[in-house]
Amino acid sequence: MSITVRVPTPLQRLTQNQAEVKANGANIKELIEDLEKNFPGIKERICDETGEIRRFMNIYVNEEDVRFLQDDTTPLKDGDEVSMIPAIAGGRQ
Amino acid sequence: MKLREDQIERYSRQILLPNVGGKGQEKLLNAKVLIIGAGGLGSPAGLYLASAGIGKIGIVDSDVVELNNLQRQILHATSDVGNAKVLSAKERLNNINPDVEVIAHRLRLTSENILDVIKDYDIILDGSDNFPTRYLVNDACVLSEKPLSHGGILKFDGQAITILPGKSACYRCLFPEPPPPGLVPSCQEAGILGAVAGLIGTIQANEVLKYILGIGDLLTGKLLIFNALDPSFRQVKVPKDPKCQLCGERPTVTELIDYEEFCHVRSSQTLSVD
Repeated sequence: MSITVRVPTPLQRLTQNQAEVKANGANIKELIEDLEKNFPGIKERICDETGEIRRFMNIYVNEEDVRFLQDDTTPLKDGDEVSMIPAIAGGRQ
Repeated sequence: MKLREDQIERYSRQILLPNVGGKGQEKLLNAKVLIIGAGGLGSPAGLYLASAGIGKIGIVDSDVVELNNLQRQILHATSDVGNAKVLSAKERLNNINPDVEVIAHRLRLTSENILDVIKDYDIILDGSDNFPTRYLVNDACVLSEKPLSHGGILKFDGQAITILPGKSACYRCLFPEPPPPGLVPSCQEAGILGAVAGLIGTIQANEVLKYILGIGDLLTGKLLIFNALDPSFRQVKVPKDPKCQLCGERPTVTELIDYEEFCHVRSSQTLSVD
């Protein structure tokens, strides 16, 4: 099983500057654990101390926000694309 | 309202469009748009909106032009360095199109003044640069039922969404909470490619024009994501969140709050809000 993960710019330091990586997992939780194995430090950027997905970091399976599916138990299947999209604020400066 | 000869000539290439026409041009000339921030997003947006003949454009900004702004804030010129951004913006837009009444709001938006500033405008374009202002603008627009075009940029990335209060997801439906200070860097810390600001600001202007003209689909209920390096445009769905604290089924935010406190920025940094 192979899931394509799109890594947001602020986290690419942890993925050796790769914008897209492959990972495995039957659901989002497992996928994050698998990412953490290959890219140590990435989990704490995605999840808070209690293991919940941070509220300014949205995770999408294909085009759907997992908050409106089953959060971190949202199931994944081969070929899915997972995107992590953080809030960004720039504009005026 | 009857278009003058010179207006028919000036706007001929858009009047030609089947879903614009003379009627559409009149809508644009009667429209009132508020641009928050005369910076990387507000600059391209302002240029296109003034060129298209928006009748009244308000610009909110409290800052002066700095040399390091000119790489992307294309409303301002080298000779404007040290002057108020709203003044160089007004001068530039007036030069492009004397049809446009430009209102310079040289102030910093706060919970106390924002409702009064936005009340006379039909639609708001947010080109601010920090989370407290973004949530302030979102909440003020939803509470006063003003349509809002939101754009954000950082490094090589851009995001845009259009918010029709009560009808489509708001910024809090998309991001219920701001990141803690320091976790997501600002453009000042991380950098921004000028053309990325140009693209997103132009997309925001395009949303405003479509809203006024009543044509096409808006970026409502979806977030447009641009990456300059791929290069790619993608969209993800943004449903209205029934649990949204502002526009959900049981709202807990029913008036404007203290946004610096909400974003935990008061003690850790000095804010330069518009």
